[in-house]
Amino acid sequence: MGLTLTAWYDLRDLGNPVNALLGWIGQWGPAWLVYIIAGAIGAAAIGAFLGFTMLGLIWIERRVIGRLQIRLGPNRVGPFGLLQPVADALKLMQKEALRPAGADKLLFLLPPVLIFIPVVLTFGVIPFGSAMTVANLNVGVLYIISIGSAAPILVFIAGWSSNNKYSLLGAMRVIAMAISYEIPMVLALLGTVLYAGTMNLNGIVGWQRAHGTLLILLQPLAAIIYFISASAELNRTPVDIAEAESELGAGYHTEYSGMRFGLFYAVELANGLAVSGILATLFLGGWWLYGLDRWIPNWLIFLSKMFLAYMLLVWTRGTLPRLRIDQLLAFAWKFLLPLALANIFLVGLEVLIWQQSGASAGLLFPIFGVANWVLAVALVVGYSKTYASRGLRRRTIRVVYDLGAQKPVELIGPS
Amino acid sequence: MTLSTEPFVVNIGPQHPSTHGVFRMRVMLDGERIIDADMVVGYLHRSLEKLAEERTYTQNIPFTDRMDYLSAMSNNLGYCMAVEKLAGIRVPERAEYLRVIMAELQRVANHSMAIGTFINDCGAWQTPLMYMLAEREKILDLFEMTCGARLTCNYMRIGGVAFDIPDEFLPAANALLADLPGKIEGYERLLMENEILIARARGCGVIPRDLAINSSLSGPMLRGSGVAWDLRKADPYSVYDRMQFGVPVGENGDAYDRFLVRMEEMKQSTGIVRQALGDLPRGPSKVDVPLSIRPPIGEAYARVEAPKGELGYYVISDGGTAPYRFHVRAPSFINLSVLKEMVVGLTVADAIVAFGSIDIVLGEVDR
Repeated sequence: MGLTLTAWYDLRDLGNPVNALLGWIGQWGPAWLVYIIAGAIGAAAIGAFLGFTMLGLIWIERRVIGRLQIRLGPNRVGPFGLLQPVADALKLMQKEALRPAGADKLLFLLPPVLIFIPVVLTFGVIPFGSAMTVANLNVGVLYIISIGSAAPILVFIAGWSSNNKYSLLGAMRVIAMAISYEIPMVLALLGTVLYAGTMNLNGIVGWQRAHGTLLILLQPLAAIIYFISASAELNRTPVDIAEAESELGAGYHTEYSGMRFGLFYAVELANGLAVSGILATLFLGGWWLYGLDRWIPNWLIFLSKMFLAYMLLVWTRGTLPRLRIDQLLAFAWKFLLPLALANIFLVGLEVLIWQQSGASAGLLFPIFGVANWVLAVALVVGYSKTYASRGLRRRTIRVVYDLGAQKPVELIGPS
Repeated sequence: MTLSTEPFVVNIGPQHPSTHGVFRMRVMLDGERIIDADMVVGYLHRSLEKLAEERTYTQNIPFTDRMDYLSAMSNNLGYCMAVEKLAGIRVPERAEYLRVIMAELQRVANHSMAIGTFINDCGAWQTPLMYMLAEREKILDLFEMTCGARLTCNYMRIGGVAFDIPDEFLPAANALLADLPGKIEGYERLLMENEILIARARGCGVIPRDLAINSSLSGPMLRGSGVAWDLRKADPYSVYDRMQFGVPVGENGDAYDRFLVRMEEMKQSTGIVRQALGDLPRGPSKVDVPLSIRPPIGEAYARVEAPKGELGYYVISDGGTAPYRFHVRAPSFINLSVLKEMVVGLTVADAIVAFGSIDIVLGEVDR
């Protein structure tokens, strides 16, 4: 989408060497060879990136949550505990991967393997740099949402095939939550698509670049709704009721041990990273940051935004208690959905004003931005005041200094 | 077309991340609602009451440590009070004050752990637990300074306390008391207004006032349901009648009220420790009591307001060196008798939260 590639050694955009290579192959080879090699390079890049990053994510998660809890986190294995993920992976690999006797033979083995697929496919469309997208789809946003919906099915298969009541309970909760939180998530993402006029992720980044604005400045409400809904889809605390450790053992992956559990765990982290990547692309401007990409490689900018968004996820995980399943579902349907609809209404109105009036973006966007932020704060605060009851917060204890003349209590009434 | 459903039985425990020990609850579920609950205890039964019949009165003091292993000082206190009642021994003033100091510090430590694990059950991934355990660590350091052990203190003796406090105790205790109220206020601010905690714990595990009294509940469970009853004021023992403190009483009897009651009790206990440290008299810390004491024939029941409730010791002596009968009225066990009424009708998640708000220790339930 309007990419200007520079010399092949210009590593500020890693697409440069790759495209130079593909161009050179295209000169002497058939077109299908270029196509296949492009795909292979993309797949290998995603695989390598995910592989290394997942190790890093394990370390980040444990260390950062440890620091949040005023304790150190892993610090024995390697300097600052940096080799801890390697130790974790080795431990999981050498464990016996049990299969419960009553578990369905084929269905039990499928989920850990298949659940990787939606995550990797999601990473395929995220633009890591201006020329670093594996698959530049014109329906990128739609593709992400539909691929992401495939994951709960696999989770349910995992829970059901384990022949374990806890797992089944966890799996049911996952399905209910996934369905409920899809809708606010889609509506929130729709806001960005409405502004950019295209579902192509590169196009959305290009739109933000062309208009000199990050979409989060224009639609904070959509960003918040997307963040909450996506973390609910991921089953992360505070919405991890499906794998609530303190209640059900481990929910849908109770019966998985060894590397099968390792795969579930890794996919949970990778999914978190994918959501952070989408957040960074659609709302935080992707690989562009006000011209900074002239000095700093644009994929570095993107990676730092992605990890910044990931830190938000880790932060909420380490801090908040978890809600009950019916409270979560009520939250999705009664709180997030009306807010998402209000957001769509606002966005539609603003896009209409912008396009019909023909006024320049430089005039209208600051007004829209301020208005949207004010409305977002007002809606969230105001609606939550009506949604949650003030009376529940009262400090309902009294301190008694003198018990008065009390004899030891006797039984009251028939027992 | 109507769907036919069947209730199914789920076992929560004995190995479970949040049953506070080896406790088993069999619940019959209809979807997510519990329609019947049944508890199975005894996984930690060590027959301490029978073993105590073979050991001298002083040798039984370490047994009491291990019953409610999270509040050893209160256990020791109750037992020593019972034997002193039997044998007619008067404890010196200094020892009484030291006992009160240790018991109240133990209350703060116990409640930190109780609140921390309660919020852990609500799902907060151990973060508040770690914060509250930081305060508990400092109190356990004080205990280690005095009697050498953090958990199973074995500090009280029949006729007083085992050791007098060392010189480092007073400065350390004063330093702790200086910033403990501030820390407790901080935890209150962190936790009390948390929307998710209120959503989880309000209205969860409600015990009405009459049910609480009829089921012999005691401690924060009873006070959370609105009954103003605290043994330190209703039936004062040791030197509690000279201390100024308040007793928090709740209103609704739900898990949130019990949580508030425990928070407030922590604050009041720091006040008591401050008064006791200020009034600490000089004198002996123990009267001379023979190592294998032979109390006269008789029976005695002594009760203390342990952090979990009314902890009572019923000791019968037949004139020998070992008690004829040693029975413990364990508050956790008696508080568990309302489990079924509390839990039926809730979802599984709520049942865990309600169960966590009882604050049981299996060592006490099973003995």
